[in-house]
Amino acid sequence: MTVFFYDKTFDGLLSCIFFAYENRVFPDLILEEAVQKPLFTEVSYRVTTEDEKAARVWKALEKKLSLTARKAMFAVWLSELEETEMLLFRYMRKNIDLPQGMEMNFGDDDVLRCGEIARKVARDAQRLIQFIRFQETADGIYFAPVSPQHNTVRMVARHFKARFSDRPWVIYDTRRRFGIYYDLKTVSEIIFSDEEAEKLASGKLDKEKLSENETVLQTLWKEYFRTMAIKERENLRLQRQNMPKRYWKYLTEMQ
Amino acid sequence: MNEKTLEKLKILADAAKYDVSCASSGASRGNMKGGVGTAAGWGICHSFTADGRCMSLFKIMLTNSCIYDCAYCVNRRSNDVRRTTFTPDELAELTLEFYRRNYIEGLFLSSGVIRNPDYTMEQMLRVVKLLREVHRFNGYIHMKSIPGASRELIAQAGTLVDRMSVNLEIPSEQNLKILAPEKNYESMFAPMRFIQQGMLESAEDRKRLRSAPRFVPAGQSTQLIIGATPDSDHQILSLASKLYKRPTFKRVYYSGYIPVNTSDNRLPVLSTPPLVRENRLYQADWLMRFYGFGANEMVDDAQPNLDLEIDPKMAWALRHPEYFPVDVNTAPHEMILRVPGIGVKSAMLIVASRKYGRLTSAQLKKMGVVMKRAQYFIVCRELPMNTVNELQPEYLRSIFVEKPKRKKDDLLQLKIDWGE
Repeated sequence: MTVFFYDKTFDGLLSCIFFAYENRVFPDLILEEAVQKPLFTEVSYRVTTEDEKAARVWKALEKKLSLTARKAMFAVWLSELEETEMLLFRYMRKNIDLPQGMEMNFGDDDVLRCGEIARKVARDAQRLIQFIRFQETADGIYFAPVSPQHNTVRMVARHFKARFSDRPWVIYDTRRRFGIYYDLKTVSEIIFSDEEAEKLASGKLDKEKLSENETVLQTLWKEYFRTMAIKERENLRLQRQNMPKRYWKYLTEMQ
Repeated sequence: MNEKTLEKLKILADAAKYDVSCASSGASRGNMKGGVGTAAGWGICHSFTADGRCMSLFKIMLTNSCIYDCAYCVNRRSNDVRRTTFTPDELAELTLEFYRRNYIEGLFLSSGVIRNPDYTMEQMLRVVKLLREVHRFNGYIHMKSIPGASRELIAQAGTLVDRMSVNLEIPSEQNLKILAPEKNYESMFAPMRFIQQGMLESAEDRKRLRSAPRFVPAGQSTQLIIGATPDSDHQILSLASKLYKRPTFKRVYYSGYIPVNTSDNRLPVLSTPPLVRENRLYQADWLMRFYGFGANEMVDDAQPNLDLEIDPKMAWALRHPEYFPVDVNTAPHEMILRVPGIGVKSAMLIVASRKYGRLTSAQLKKMGVVMKRAQYFIVCRELPMNTVNELQPEYLRSIFVEKPKRKKDDLLQLKIDWGE
């Protein structure tokens, strides 16, 4: 088995493609550098990430793949699934080898799987947009804790920047321990100290940190939510289907 | 915001919850400087209630007092319920606060009729104006148009809101006369016409001048109550199909009748709302809007109601075995759409990928085709085993009728008495 080790960046993966074509070796497995070598490794290579080579690979892909397909590839990358590296590698290789590319060939397993994962990631990002709940803090910043399945927090920055452009806000990923902060001008990434991150994991802010209106509004919303359900049509299964339980953790109305 | 707000909110939300529409799609608008909010174009559901319905808009009534006495409505004059009214300021503030917390996508404003239709419309307009002009709110607003409202008020509202709707509620005029003697179809169709004219005029203007104001960009919708009157599915779907022919009509909602006024003898006594029939009507509605079916293909005078046991698409396929089997590798897109088990998405995937090679059933399955249903109606690279023509529609029907789930008692298991 041939194994490539790389630095777990997207450019690193593109460099792997370059390395493979340059040396005519194609990997059976691509792993992060820190991971232990699998048992049946015959040859292994350490691929160094080079921006220039990555850019060349990307340029070649731009010629063959539409913008949609390239976006989908990046979404697959953000999925953080275990199969990501090899799937993307095979996908890129197939498209490079065929003169016209093959992004529309949905009969192909890899094309289909890429589309599937891209849809999953897009849905995850959409659910963030749906189910994020902001809490107003005493200093006027709107704070929302989240824990999406895939690394989608950055994907929703644009949406919220456009929507709530007149108030500062923070969306904080409690699982990946980073957040995005909007300061009325730009969105930047923030990291809290370990101690604070530990506290934020529950998603609940201390009462004294919340604005005075916040608790009242949360009560109003919960009461409104409860009232809107029509008793005669109760269908909890459908509710869970549309709003899976894993999102309930930070939903105001589900507390 | 205090105890009183909470009390009002509860009463007016309770009064508004029977409105089905909650779509927030169809209008996309960016934020402007110093304003709050955007409209996404694709709808965003922000929560789902215990009955599984989506909550996208802050659905609320301005007041639940009403001068009318419609038999099917909770808020009718003769009902003994607590009446209350929001002031426009309260409602605008509440909407904004909810919006800022990402609870909602916008406002769905409805109201009971107080004094006269025009007075009510004016009150509702004040809320919308406050939101749009004072608070510079750019989110989605859906406003009910009160039957009988004047053209001027609708013209004013149209430039401010995204969607307007007039609820027909009862699918035929003679039954409406029985249940709501004070209303008639003309008073409902008139506002619909005003909205349509406004939209078409604005579309014309915008061709000449890009900055001309948009008028109800997300179109109009309506709602029909199912099961409160003896109207057949044929009547309902023909009405819906006529409405969809109007260029500005986006949605018809069907709402299974929930007996809110049990003492009224003009209404049927139902133990549960007709949810299955409602579901079949929605399926038929989708077939009309996205699959190219006509209303009279699904129901006609001979068979005025939809089959409750199988879905309308399967029912059509079983009535017309002569169209099948369809070869997915050669058939036109319209015909592939008609195969039970193939949806809009998989039909598109099939047409896009068949030029790379003949498709097999395994590939179809991966594309999302429900082979359990589709297998009897298609030919792909493999030879078909048994199509609808060999097996006979009657036999297939018996396969696809949803059998009632029976809970079997296991005799070998001891039962626990929970004391219920």
